[in-house]
Amino acid sequence: MEFSAVIFYLFAAILLLAGLRVITAKNPVHAALALVLAFFTAAGLWILLEAEFLAITLVLVYVGAVMVLFLFVVMMLDINLEQLRQQFWDYLPIAALVAGLLIVQMILVLGGETFGLNPPAPKPAGYSNTKELGLLLYTEYVYPFELAAVILLVAIVAAIALTLRRRAGVKWVDPAVQVKVKREGRVRLVNLKPQKPQAQSEEDA
Amino acid sequence: MILSMPDLLSAAPEMLVLVMACVVLMFEAYAVRGQADTAAAVARPRVAGYVLTLATLLAAAGLTAFTASGVTATAFSGMFVDDALADLLKLMTYFAGIAAAIYSRQYLADRALMRGEYFALLLFAVLGMMVMISASHLLTLYLGLELLSLALYAMVALRRDDAVAVEAAMKYFVLGALASGLLLYGMSMLYGLTGTLELGKMAAILAGGVDEPVVLAFGLVFVVAGLGFKLGAAPFHMWVPDIYHGAPTAVTLFIGSAPKLAAFAFVIRLLADGLQPAHGDWQQMLAVMAVLSLAVGNLAAIMQTNIKRMLAYSTIAHMGFLLLGVMTGEVNGYSAALFYVVTYVIMSLGAFGLILHLARAGFEADALDDYKGLNRRAPWLAALMAILMLSMAGLPPFVGFYAKLTVLQALVGAGWIWLAVVAVLFSLVGAYYYLRVVKRLYFDTPHSLEPVTATPGDARMLLSVNGLAVLALGLLPQPLLSLCLQAMRLTYG
Repeated sequence: MEFSAVIFYLFAAILLLAGLRVITAKNPVHAALALVLAFFTAAGLWILLEAEFLAITLVLVYVGAVMVLFLFVVMMLDINLEQLRQQFWDYLPIAALVAGLLIVQMILVLGGETFGLNPPAPKPAGYSNTKELGLLLYTEYVYPFELAAVILLVAIVAAIALTLRRRAGVKWVDPAVQVKVKREGRVRLVNLKPQKPQAQSEEDA
Repeated sequence: MILSMPDLLSAAPEMLVLVMACVVLMFEAYAVRGQADTAAAVARPRVAGYVLTLATLLAAAGLTAFTASGVTATAFSGMFVDDALADLLKLMTYFAGIAAAIYSRQYLADRALMRGEYFALLLFAVLGMMVMISASHLLTLYLGLELLSLALYAMVALRRDDAVAVEAAMKYFVLGALASGLLLYGMSMLYGLTGTLELGKMAAILAGGVDEPVVLAFGLVFVVAGLGFKLGAAPFHMWVPDIYHGAPTAVTLFIGSAPKLAAFAFVIRLLADGLQPAHGDWQQMLAVMAVLSLAVGNLAAIMQTNIKRMLAYSTIAHMGFLLLGVMTGEVNGYSAALFYVVTYVIMSLGAFGLILHLARAGFEADALDDYKGLNRRAPWLAALMAILMLSMAGLPPFVGFYAKLTVLQALVGAGWIWLAVVAVLFSLVGAYYYLRVVKRLYFDTPHSLEPVTATPGDARMLLSVNGLAVLALGLLPQPLLSLCLQAMRLTYG
């Protein structure tokens, strides 16, 4: 077995175990951490496929930003684990039956022989995955790229439409109005005649 | 690498809808500025989005009709295709969108949903359907589907204080995500096998024979299961009744109409464009799904007391008929399925439009008993409802009869006589629950004799046109039939 194949199987095994931990871990924080591990090993697999840009993006975006946010959310939620597990065990027999049937069927279909999907040929030395991706993304794949952007826009619109509430009678300040405030709106200059000190003290009183 | 300028004219309707959806959003964001945040201002219907949506869909219909040539044109490196089938389905989608907007205006206004977001999401959903209809690449097919689905999930949940609607949206979202996962897994298998995502190239490679038929079958199972989920065909139908029932009726009307056209386009593009050489494999799966859908849809509908739920089960049965047309794998069968889905969308628009028409503020009119003795309260509406129900049951002289007849003809022509017999038997079972509605309309005594409150004239007029179209198309089905056949011949001839 080649060295890269050994690494592949190692990463694949860790990825599968981490994935399994994500759904079996009782503590949601542990599940989130297992997901981080899964992302790391997936990034390692991508490096093996010479897709270094995707691997780095996966680590930076998913591990660095999304999962950290996710961990914060999980830690802030007060989840009653007992209650969650009760529901889980109720459905487990049926789920296990379905999953078992699926596994048996898959083994029957696929067992015995190799699946027959060959790995791609290795790329020449000067090949830059990042450059190729950039070129393709904005030329050949510009249509799907734009569509993905529209999907993100719809997600934003949906999230705002579902969570933003314009309640009546809430006291709030419009930041735009606040920013636009000019001196004339807040300060009133009063032209006072110069007066003698004793006159002013009378006014104060 | 030099990029040739894509043929933008063929994608002009898509661009128009996208830009206008953003305009509706901007209008909404800036028009409400400066209004006092009083309860009255929050609840006041804002019609700008509604008017803009209608104008957009009409303009897009004009553009599509103007650029329709019957010649197949591709753009964006073969990811976008504009052919006769796409033009026909897109035109129907616009009209379904327009009808959905007009029918639901009063309902939305009564429930403080008449806002820009609703119409922006509606336009985004229409855009997703257009992308699916014009897709010739697995990537665009999937992205169009996600665009449509995301917009629909949000629309179902838009009445966020209604627990039933939110639960329906949750179910829709989770099951939709599961179906997308199945679909993507199957697509990845097909990609691994053929090395291309482009449907035309995939068909060419598969036609040359593959080394690994197991991988092909494996991928096909997942793809077809995903399609079954999205179509709402048994045994992947469990979400349909809950979502139809739980969603606000205006959204149910929309989900039950235009997306069926897009789902049909999805099935045809994927199976007939990309996987035609594997026809023998997917034919059997579709046959099983079709028979199960006919059985589950027609039998379960009998027990329903809620008309939205009943129509949901009837949708499942209708999707079974659609699959019967597709599974023949011939142009005749495809065009029969196309005719079926077009007429089904017209009937579904009318039926849900009538439920919307009878609903008022605080009253949904979705129980079957609400239709008791409607004839005495509103004879014309009762007649329209009877026409739509009889047409869905497949009785002549309504168009539903010809829709079923063409599918059965295509089935018999392809040698599937036992399937045709099964379909007829289940249609007979199905006729029972449609006729039960008609019985309620005419022979039961109503709870109260108060006349139906006046609703906007445009919705009422469109409803009459819709009901009469079902009758007129049933008397003269030939123009639409030949249009469907011609579109399919031009595309797959």
